[in-house]
Amino acid sequence: MSAAPPVQTGAVEIDGLTVSYRRRQLLLRVLTDVSFTIKPGEAYGLVGESGCGKTTVAMSLMRYLPPNAVIESGSLSFGGDDLLAADERTLRRWRGDRMAMVYQDPGTALNPSIRIGDQIAEVFRFHRGMDKQEAREASAHMVSTVQISDAAGVLRRYPHELSGGQQQRIMFAMALATDPDLLVLDEPTTGLDATVEAEVLDLVENLRDQFNTSILFVSHNLGIVARMCERVGVLYAGRLIEQGNAREVFRDPRHPYTLALLRCVPRLGMRKDTDRLDPIPGSLPALGADMPGCVFADRCPIARDRCVESPPELMPVSDGHMARCFFHEEVPDIPPMAAATQEDAAPVPDEVLLQVSDLVKTYKFSGTEVVAVGGVDVVIKRGEVFGLVGESGSGKTSFAKCIVGLIDVTSGELSFEGMDVSKPAGKRPGEARRRLQMVFQNPDNALNPTHSVRAILRRSLKLLAGVRGRDQQDHQMNDLARSVRLEPRHLDVRPSALSGGLKQRVAIARSFAGSPAMVLCDEPTSALDVSVQAAILNLLVDLQRRQGVSYVFISHDLAVVRYVSDSIGVMYLGKLVDVGSAEQVFASPHHPYTEALLSAIPTFDIDESRPRIKLSGTLPSATDVPSGCPFHTRCPRVLGEICRTEVPPWQEDGERHRYRCHIPPAELEELQKTAPEQAEDVVA
Amino acid sequence: MASVEGSGLELTPVPPAPVLDVRAERRRRRRELLRALVRSKTFIVGAAILIFWVVDAIFWRAIVPHDPLGVDPIGTLKAPSSAHWFGTDNLGRDVFSRVLAGAATVLVIAPAATALGLVGGTTLGLITGFYRGWVDDVVSRIVDAFLALPLIVITVLVLASLGRTTLNLILVIGIIFTPLIARTVRSAVLAEREREYVAAARLRGERGIRIMVWEILPNITGPITVEATVRLAYAIFAATTISFLGLGLQDPSPDWGLQIANGRAYMQVAWWMVIFPAAALGTLVVGVNLVADGLKRVVEE
Amino acid sequence: MTRYILKRLGLTVITLVIVSFVVFAASQLLPGDVGRTILGPYASQQQVDALDKSLGNDKPLPVRYWNWASDFVKGDWGTSPVQNVEVRPLVLGRLKNSLYLAAFAMVLIVPFSVFMGVVAALKYGKLADRAISIIGLSFIALPEFVIGVILIVVFAVQLGWFPTSSQVPGTNPVDWFRQLLLPAIPIMFVLFGYISRMARAGTVDALQANYTRTAILKGLPRRHVVTRHVVRNSMLPTITVVSVQVGYLVGGLLVVETLFAYPGIGQLTLESATGHDLPTLEACVLMIALIYCFANLIADLAYGILNPRVRLA
Repeated sequence: MSAAPPVQTGAVEIDGLTVSYRRRQLLLRVLTDVSFTIKPGEAYGLVGESGCGKTTVAMSLMRYLPPNAVIESGSLSFGGDDLLAADERTLRRWRGDRMAMVYQDPGTALNPSIRIGDQIAEVFRFHRGMDKQEAREASAHMVSTVQISDAAGVLRRYPHELSGGQQQRIMFAMALATDPDLLVLDEPTTGLDATVEAEVLDLVENLRDQFNTSILFVSHNLGIVARMCERVGVLYAGRLIEQGNAREVFRDPRHPYTLALLRCVPRLGMRKDTDRLDPIPGSLPALGADMPGCVFADRCPIARDRCVESPPELMPVSDGHMARCFFHEEVPDIPPMAAATQEDAAPVPDEVLLQVSDLVKTYKFSGTEVVAVGGVDVVIKRGEVFGLVGESGSGKTSFAKCIVGLIDVTSGELSFEGMDVSKPAGKRPGEARRRLQMVFQNPDNALNPTHSVRAILRRSLKLLAGVRGRDQQDHQMNDLARSVRLEPRHLDVRPSALSGGLKQRVAIARSFAGSPAMVLCDEPTSALDVSVQAAILNLLVDLQRRQGVSYVFISHDLAVVRYVSDSIGVMYLGKLVDVGSAEQVFASPHHPYTEALLSAIPTFDIDESRPRIKLSGTLPSATDVPSGCPFHTRCPRVLGEICRTEVPPWQEDGERHRYRCHIPPAELEELQKTAPEQAEDVVA
Repeated sequence: MASVEGSGLELTPVPPAPVLDVRAERRRRRRELLRALVRSKTFIVGAAILIFWVVDAIFWRAIVPHDPLGVDPIGTLKAPSSAHWFGTDNLGRDVFSRVLAGAATVLVIAPAATALGLVGGTTLGLITGFYRGWVDDVVSRIVDAFLALPLIVITVLVLASLGRTTLNLILVIGIIFTPLIARTVRSAVLAEREREYVAAARLRGERGIRIMVWEILPNITGPITVEATVRLAYAIFAATTISFLGLGLQDPSPDWGLQIANGRAYMQVAWWMVIFPAAALGTLVVGVNLVADGLKRVVEE
Repeated sequence: MTRYILKRLGLTVITLVIVSFVVFAASQLLPGDVGRTILGPYASQQQVDALDKSLGNDKPLPVRYWNWASDFVKGDWGTSPVQNVEVRPLVLGRLKNSLYLAAFAMVLIVPFSVFMGVVAALKYGKLADRAISIIGLSFIALPEFVIGVILIVVFAVQLGWFPTSSQVPGTNPVDWFRQLLLPAIPIMFVLFGYISRMARAGTVDALQANYTRTAILKGLPRRHVVTRHVVRNSMLPTITVVSVQVGYLVGGLLVVETLFAYPGIGQLTLESATGHDLPTLEACVLMIALIYCFANLIADLAYGILNPRVRLA
């Protein structure tokens, strides 16, 4: 460590951090020579895909690594103190007091057997020496600081009685209770609904103004980091490959990986007809792989011999902006790899493929009845991509499962290619099964781990395409594999030997085995790394064009849905509230809920400040759906009594767009030109 | 990978990742499993004990110094000596030979009963776990009722009614094991059936039996194996306890439980009649349990 | 919570009813005519038939079951044809003796087992953990009669510190130990094995949970984290196991009581099974099942109280 000028509290200095994990006699290197600093009061974002080591950096800072982790070299200093030299007792004093952490999945992060109030009070009692009464008051104060109403009531509750958003706010309350100098956030909003995520991020911004803490924000979501942080560092395979001012790095990336990362994520304006996503070829290096040259060389479009032979240093690009690339000046000129598809789409007759009439699905749970889908009507044409959007509790998953036949329908009509498909898959005509298939979210779960890929595909070919005889099956299998860009060597292995992207290709091939007319895609890319998502989305788009297949495409990522879909449906608490062509649904006038969803997307265009629309209250429970318009309890554009008492009618906005609201289109369009009055006390 | 024309930028080809075929992978997996087992000291000790007794059970006729059934009216209740390492019992029979011979009976009964229970239990567990519904509810009630009565009590009841034959003993233990094993299999099945590959199979129109046997069963072999070894240990325990209570094998069988029961009356004067069979039984049971524990650790990885 | 309790109560009743079916059916299968057993081998067949008729043994099965079940619930458990005493006081008296023995064993070993299980988890992977695990494992493995027999030979026969057979102790605490310690030890071994293992597993899970990580990252002292955050959650699965063990306890008692000639319900069960004493056998088995179900109910209750999700539902 250099002899530095007097260091202010809250300043973090990481220098040359190298961490490995010991696994059965081997040392697997996870971080190599990572160095960066965080100034007091600054928010520093650390981005990268899964496995890049960003969580290891966060945990190293908190000195909470698993027992098999080895800090091989480097120094960690915080407010002038050496973190590595600190003993257990000192660390215990600092943790929760000077440095605090909030991470993902707040449901499990809180102790289910201890009341909320006691869990917050602990911090005050142990770090500030308060007695019970003082600690309780201080806890109540923190609860209102994180904008939860009825603090006294919340203190008495148990974690399972709060919503996900509320739980995460409590985590923040505990973390900030002692006004720490450093706050480490590790994917704090992953797993939360889009609107809830936006609320939590608002809260963080709010708290920053109040507390002036330094923040290390670890996330895989570039948009969030762009919104929340001043400076950003990009990690790839355990190395810091670019660093600088957040706006500058995202506007003018100087490392091929950063550029590729930005290019492979669909942004709100992109459409499948005009723009193509750029996947990154190859795959992430294995954990602990030893690479003599640049760690990105084998996937880099501008790599040269020099890159493979010697590892580059961090080169200065401009003031504060550095990139670990010999040829960083060439990066802005790298052209997009794939041009927009030129091939013509297969001709598709204009006819109705799937007709859903008043679909209702209810679940019975020990006495209570939960209405998951409360009467939905939808018509999907041949070759159409129908995007389905909604947060937790919207019923979109149940709806999808009804269509494809995984669960039985409580009431309503489902007609597919003229066949009645209101029964579960096993009882449908075989033709219906062949023509209506599904791709699942998690490729690890979707393929039987004990079967080889060949066996899996052979079974689908036999049952869905009616192909009998091994030779025939193998022959057709080769065609099938080629259509999803799988190679023959991928066929004779078990799924566990394949990467996530390859597994998903197998799952897609499996669904396409019988030449389906409609495929239901349930979050097909959510479980994959960002660099792989683009390749799978491209594949899905290609297959759709080539075969004239129709999709019902479910995703929580609105940009992806907009990219892929021809028409979109928005669901809220089991009802379809907004449906029509993709352009129209995402543009005003549209349902206030759609409006709020769109405003919740974190955007890259940081200059363009869009007003955030806050929703008041929490999502009502599905057992107690509000009367009249189900959205009226939270709607920022609620009219009054009428929204509570009367079910809103369908408003037609042109030929291809309708939404359920009491406000007619012309008026709504006018209203939606400006942001609504913001809700006071947000509790979501 | 094509090169983008005109810009002088060449895209480097991506080297194919090495990928093994199914057979090679299966061999590698098995080798890794064995290696993990060998590393576990508890497993090694348990396996050694088990192997010793199995070998003894098969080859005792060649090893025993005296005839285990050989009565000697003069040399009764003799203390351990160089002629009789474990002494003689109340009928002058050599205890050492009887101890060696006793392994055979229990190592036939226990595995047979366990196998019976495995077949029945796996089938029952698969059906109730997969189909659920009223079948599951009814069967669960019955299983709970069975569990309310300890194994020993039920066995006593049944054997007293139906007769004390070896076959009956195997049947009773095996049938009682069925619901116990079914419960473990059922919870494993409950977890697996939520996985998406089962949903995919349903969407293909696979029949229930095919899904149970072909899709789910191969994925739950781990828990089943562990359960089998635990049950085996319990079968040994149960069979010898029954013999001890006088409801199992009869004289002059060298069954350990029976030996201990017979020796009880002579405990004051001939402790060797009781201690040696007890020690032998103890080591066997501990050995099987160590093997079960080692397997459990490795399966849970 | 009330729903939870009522549901559990309902299930218990159903289980007991099914058990009564099983017991009745099994006892009907026992060879040996009841009338013959009472009158002995020298009575004539006519006399036996007449007695059977008067006892109601010739009626159809469901009727006999109903009569038997309703009598039982009313408290009329019949008379033992073998011992010539009323069944109810006999069985209840023996049950009391067995409960003494069981309680003695449990008081001595349950808290200790839980403690050792938690210690093993806290020292995960170290020598103490391995030792406790292996010892527990071995204890489970050894059949009770093996341990019992070794104990008798060593401590009663050779050393003479304890009697070779046990009687019901008086009020003197020394006498309690003298009579009950040896028979209790095999039971205690098995209990230790199961309970310490479950306590360990529950504690390991709690230690690795996210909420423990939160507590540590809040800078709370280790002792507080363990006692306040970890233990409460790790006890939930342990309680279930303790109750299940009470069930197995009774099975173990049968063997131990026979070995030590202790006049408990287990020994009575065995005697009546081999001696074709139907009424006594039926009563014994039903009482054993009742105790087991009752213990489970208590465990469910405790679980409901400790788990806020259930308590507040």
